[in-house]
Amino acid sequence: MKLLTSTLLRGAVAVGLMSSLALVNVASSSAAGSNGVMAYQPAHAGGTIKLLASTGGGTLDPQVNYTLQYWQLYQASYDGLVSFQKVSGVGSFTVVPDLATALPVVTNGGKTYTFTLRKGIKFSNGQTVTVNDVYATFVRLFKVLSPNSGSWYNGIIGGDACVAKPATCTLTEGVVVNAATNQVTFNLTTPDAEFLDQLAVPFGSILPASTPTHDMGNVPIPTTGAYYFASYNPNSMLVMKRNPYFKVWSPAAQPQGYPTSIEMVFGGTPSSEVTSVENGQGDWVFDAIPADRLQELSQKYAAQVQVHTLTANWYAVMNTNLAPFNNLKVRQAMNYAVDKKELVNIFGGSNLATPTCTILPPNFPGHVDFCPYNSTASNTYTGTNLAKAKALVAASGTKGMAVAVVCQTDTVNKQVGEYLQGVLTSLGYKATLKALSPSIEFTYIQNTNNKVQISLTQWYQDYPAASDFINVLLGCQNFHKGSTNSINIAGLCVPSLTTKMSAAEKEQLVNPVKANAMWGALDKEIMTNYAPWVPLFNPKQIDFISKRIKNYQFSLEFYMYVDQLQVH
Amino acid sequence: MSDTVSPPSLTLSELPKAPEGPWRSSVRQLRRNKGAIVGLVVLVAIAAISIASPLYVSLVTHLNPFNTNLNGSFVLNGQTIQVMQPNTQGLGLGVNPIGPTWDFQHYFLGADNLGRDVFARLLYGGRVSLLIGFTSAILCSLLATIMGMVAGYYGGFIDWIMSRFFDVIWAFPIYLLAISLSVILLTSGLNLGFIHIQAGSLLLPILIIAGVYVPYVGRPIRGLVFSLREREFIQASIGSGASDWHILRREILPNVMPSVIVFFPLMVAFNILTESALSFLSIGVQPPSASWGTVLNDGLDLLYTRPWVALAPGILIVITCGALNVLGDGFRDAFDPKAKLRGSV
Repeated sequence: MKLLTSTLLRGAVAVGLMSSLALVNVASSSAAGSNGVMAYQPAHAGGTIKLLASTGGGTLDPQVNYTLQYWQLYQASYDGLVSFQKVSGVGSFTVVPDLATALPVVTNGGKTYTFTLRKGIKFSNGQTVTVNDVYATFVRLFKVLSPNSGSWYNGIIGGDACVAKPATCTLTEGVVVNAATNQVTFNLTTPDAEFLDQLAVPFGSILPASTPTHDMGNVPIPTTGAYYFASYNPNSMLVMKRNPYFKVWSPAAQPQGYPTSIEMVFGGTPSSEVTSVENGQGDWVFDAIPADRLQELSQKYAAQVQVHTLTANWYAVMNTNLAPFNNLKVRQAMNYAVDKKELVNIFGGSNLATPTCTILPPNFPGHVDFCPYNSTASNTYTGTNLAKAKALVAASGTKGMAVAVVCQTDTVNKQVGEYLQGVLTSLGYKATLKALSPSIEFTYIQNTNNKVQISLTQWYQDYPAASDFINVLLGCQNFHKGSTNSINIAGLCVPSLTTKMSAAEKEQLVNPVKANAMWGALDKEIMTNYAPWVPLFNPKQIDFISKRIKNYQFSLEFYMYVDQLQVH
Repeated sequence: MSDTVSPPSLTLSELPKAPEGPWRSSVRQLRRNKGAIVGLVVLVAIAAISIASPLYVSLVTHLNPFNTNLNGSFVLNGQTIQVMQPNTQGLGLGVNPIGPTWDFQHYFLGADNLGRDVFARLLYGGRVSLLIGFTSAILCSLLATIMGMVAGYYGGFIDWIMSRFFDVIWAFPIYLLAISLSVILLTSGLNLGFIHIQAGSLLLPILIIAGVYVPYVGRPIRGLVFSLREREFIQASIGSGASDWHILRREILPNVMPSVIVFFPLMVAFNILTESALSFLSIGVQPPSASWGTVLNDGLDLLYTRPWVALAPGILIVITCGALNVLGDGFRDAFDPKAKLRGSV
């Protein structure tokens, strides 16, 4: 029960924090229930929603795919034992029971979670969901090398062995099922305050036990939700249709959808997608809106534009183990020298991004306002202090060194990269820019063999927990030399910080308010004493929808609910 | 007294003229070709303006075109104008760089997304594009001439090796090969024995572009040398015991040079286009250096609001390559009147 309490408390804290979120043009409806869940309006059901994306999002396998593009679609199609509540706003961070009848009973000091599976739920192929499917799902998760199997789910007893030898994975002690009582029990090696969050993301989607234990790629796997994937060609189109076996069991977890079918069409450019939506030939643009179309949308199509603050960070990571950034003074100098207001201009102006000085985004659990590298003493960003930055570089004795900035080749990333290169040049370094394809940059900058000195990247929350930023991105356990799976790109590994992170994680189980204060203090300590990043700005999300679409709803966890869009 | 008839005395102008050498004849023919002269003048003008770009920046704009200027402003006609102009209407989304002012002192063609002067970058970009175009054409011609001459003259196994080398390169579509090489070398640079070239160096696009076009010049030259080798004057040289080096240098090279000269302007044009394509794809010239291709790439994201950023480099590429093609035609008419190489590339 400790975990249940902590989760609800964290949700409550989040509600308080999120109340200041700037939500523009959020669709409102008097039909919302007291818990925020929208009442279904059958009169508006029907029609086909046409979503536009420049490229496909890769494999359709929910245990492998790690893209927002398809996670948005999985919300309408797959279910875990628990899921994030399908409501607009802060309530979307709350974990609710989905295929399970209720949130789990937690015993054994937070190490045992017992769920009861709902009865009578069927996959889209007509097969009934059983506890054996649940067991097979978690074994499969390791066998298909699910992206976070080694960092999230290895806490299940037997998980580490499965990570080491996926082919022979069994979880007989970690996931115990009882067909008679329809119960599933998870046994963990240590208490984990975020276990429910991890079960609620698409990696925890329950799949038929007969699903092959390899990445299914373009072949759809039967679903339990309101829609199933009818066809998928990553070069042309993805089609979702109503699941004929779906019946609403919890509107909060998996509501009935409105459109008869949902299509995602690939192949256009972001600009052509915008034009299509303007002309009513498409209903939504997945890709980032091109900068030169923003003015047009802002003025002519304001009623069709939705802007939402995201719990995400754009940041420059400095390699704390490689010169010149192995010198704290240089890292601090960069923090003083980068003009975050200029970077906000690159991203589209102050209505689309906010300068930041912290690791944790504003309005996120644990976030504390502070800004140690500023033009004036203030907790919010005011500007650069170039004189101080140059003095720090001079004191470091590294002036004149060669520094390469690594970034992605897309427009905004490259422009920010060029800006950073200019800052380094102004500080006296021989700076060059290495712009790499988005498909390889993120893994390239993680691998220490590539000797990346400074790189540009972004982090969008997996779920609302401070550890998802601080522990994941700066924890010792996520720094692996010579590996492309080393998300602690800065390579910061300080034992005293690790101890404090562990303490905050443990505190999260019993007192999330205190835990969040601990995470906030850690954020401040890391940035002030180690400065492994230059936090740049927090971006906002723009959704551009067609005129005929109504009932737009936005989840802070998975963004726009595609299945709740109504065709008018 | 003798009655012999003295030969008639001739004035200097009445002396029979010595036959004009082939080089002089070709140059004279080239000078008569108005199209070629226009092409040459345009080319020289563009090169001169590009080379003078530092003067333009230091004397006229006083703005470093490689530095971002996102919070900058300037005074025009008594009004302070922001370089990056936030949209204040509607939802207020987006920031647009200033458009063309048509004032040489202030953002003549406007600014790009980083607030940099597009016109100044275009001039600097011209230097880089022309430098890469000419340097890679020289390198390509040099390599191709040497390889073509050696293959054609020696034949046999050496020819087989050289020809297969040409075949391998020729087997790939030019742009696919150039893109592949660029992507690989962009991440790691070039490290071959004692040769170390850093990832962002201009030498990389020069080497890549020169390399991919070698067979396109080398093959016709090889064929030319094959036919030359059978000619009497070469056989006579061989028969008189001249060394291979002597024959290649003194007999074959002068006969091959006109063809190389005909190829050269066309190769420059091809190389400028290839450089622009690679830079447009972000795998050619790397920031902060600018080339026409990189400026074109910058303009792609401003097509709707600031089309001149993309149009201007496009127009310059078209004019330059057009001038080079016209000049190339003139060279062909002058140096290769039988048009043996027409349409070879």
